Amino acid sequence: MKASAASHSLSTKEQTSDKKNTQTSSTIDHHQATHFGKMAKDWWNPFGSSAMLHRMNPVRLSYIRQAIDQYFVTAFGNPFPLMGKKVLDIGCGAGLLSEPLSRLGGDVTGVDAASENVAVAKAHAEQQHLKINYMAGDLETVEDSHFDLITAMEVLEHVADPAEFIQAIAAKLDQNGLLILSTPNRTLLSRMMIIGIGETLGGIPAKTHDWSRFLKPEETKVLLEKAGLVMTDIIGMTWTPLRGFSLSHNKAVDYLMTIQKKS
Amino acid sequence: MHLKADVLILGGGFAGMALAVALDRYKISSVVVDTSDPVKMLEKNFDGRTTAIASSCWKLLQAIGLDSLQDKGCPIQTVRASDQLKTPDLCFKSSESTGPSGYMLENRYLRQALYEATLAAEHVTLLQPAHAVEVERHHDGVSATLEDGRKITAPLLVGAEGRGSPTRQAAGINLTRWNYNHAAVISTLFHEKPHHHIAHEIFYPKGPIALLPMQDEEGRHRSALVWTVPRQEAEAVKNLPKQPFLIEVSRLTGDILGELDFASQPVAYPLSFQFSSKMTDLRLALIADAAHGIHPIAGQGLNLGLRDVAALTEVLVEGRRLGMDLGDAILLERYERWRSLDNFTIAAGTDALVRLFSVPGPMASFVRRIGFKFINRLDFIKSFFLAEARGDSGKLPRLLTGNSL
Repeated sequence: MKASAASHSLSTKEQTSDKKNTQTSSTIDHHQATHFGKMAKDWWNPFGSSAMLHRMNPVRLSYIRQAIDQYFVTAFGNPFPLMGKKVLDIGCGAGLLSEPLSRLGGDVTGVDAASENVAVAKAHAEQQHLKINYMAGDLETVEDSHFDLITAMEVLEHVADPAEFIQAIAAKLDQNGLLILSTPNRTLLSRMMIIGIGETLGGIPAKTHDWSRFLKPEETKVLLEKAGLVMTDIIGMTWTPLRGFSLSHNKAVDYLMTIQKKS
Repeated sequence: MHLKADVLILGGGFAGMALAVALDRYKISSVVVDTSDPVKMLEKNFDGRTTAIASSCWKLLQAIGLDSLQDKGCPIQTVRASDQLKTPDLCFKSSESTGPSGYMLENRYLRQALYEATLAAEHVTLLQPAHAVEVERHHDGVSATLEDGRKITAPLLVGAEGRGSPTRQAAGINLTRWNYNHAAVISTLFHEKPHHHIAHEIFYPKGPIALLPMQDEEGRHRSALVWTVPRQEAEAVKNLPKQPFLIEVSRLTGDILGELDFASQPVAYPLSFQFSSKMTDLRLALIADAAHGIHPIAGQGLNLGLRDVAALTEVLVEGRRLGMDLGDAILLERYERWRSLDNFTIAAGTDALVRLFSVPGPMASFVRRIGFKFINRLDFIKSFFLAEARGDSGKLPRLLTGNSL
């Protein structure tokens, strides 16, 4: 599993004290941002260092599409279910997810802590004739708010302070908006799969993940609750040598959540 | 002039047109470039062949809206296979629940129906006759420049030019190929007795001879003849005077259909086998004979191509639904995985069948007949053969089940 952004954001002045990872005013984990920045040029190579992410993409997109159709009541075959919707892709990397969301009709903003990623994303979107508003930085950089859809796929495990990060997302989400989040679970299996196998044999660049930072679904749920959010659906994602990635009831490796604001 | 499409299809034969029409139903646009002249292509004598369409592929043709074929196809209800007319023979009967194992359809009807559907399709641009003089594939897209200077760009290129596919050659995709020492002599016959929707395939060491049921024409019963002969004899057989030709066919087929007459003059086609090492490359998918051309002994050639069409359509429609780039390597990998095993199994099985039945001598014949007897007693093997002939085995693309995506 690999992820895109390095970091995270926070909303603001309130949080001044205990930053563990950074010396700057934001909560971006600069060590991680640099790590992902180095991979930037290889992002769009489906057989390069982001191969796992390319393989994961259709699987997580199918979950996102299903959530979109359900939540915004769009038809199964509608080519533009996000037409007229404001979308924020947090930790957008080089745009692997932002581009599909844009093709589905969304007015997409992509933000990533690594400016190298954002440069690659901008160039690629231009080639693809897609209009996407990319910016480098943390969530504070994004001035806009009231997003109808926010995605934060494989980002939570890379941010310096998950609680603050989720608070900041909640502030950007429209009252009727939809948040989709995915992140690895903290289990022995995920340790074995992601770090043991993934980062040694599986093509995930080494030191992409710090297992101790992974959150269990119950822990994520608590953070969501505190931010005034409520989880409405959860599903696991697994990987097998024969079938590759697939959605599954088994949440031990990685899980995806659909989240709304408390009404 | 600059045209843009979702898919650029080179080759407007059966598979290329079927793909364009199938994609059109899901609002995926295509430009089809074909070198042939449509007026000549649609003439009655352009292609006198008749093809056995497996029932799953028949469902695909219906699913993509070729309703005009409904009354043109002749259902095959029973398949009888024997070794040199000796008993026992193998008999595969289709039941009420499974429906016919396939339909015999004249190529010209299929070509006409596909051509009309292609012209009528809102999201298909057919450029014909037209030659692509320069085709390029890049990381960000594909483009083709035509002789007259027109340019077409798309995220995905599909090679559908048949066996000699220039697209496959340009991609440097290796081909395994060999020629069989066989040619097929093909004709349509009128006959005295009704065929009762039975397909007969009789195996001889020199090659099989098949009579396949067709719709009556002008009140006369008709069947298609596919007579496989050694390559060096093909011309001589084809040019036999009418009476000796028909008498020989009667003799080889046990005179099952009574008196015979020509409904069309015999034509000879050399048979060869080819199989490409892969079906995809950067922003490229090969379909149908561009990727695999097999011996028509089991009537699977066109069917394999239509199965490619069904699988590629499903993969692309799903990709579009997820907002993906239609030339995405992961989508193409899905298509390749889905199709290559099926194509290889059938191609290899067909090749084995050709070799098995080509062994002369009484001992080989004895072994074949024991084999028939064995298969006849084992219903599950029979249903496997029948499912294979119908095109029902393996995980099916949804279009082959008659469902929409």
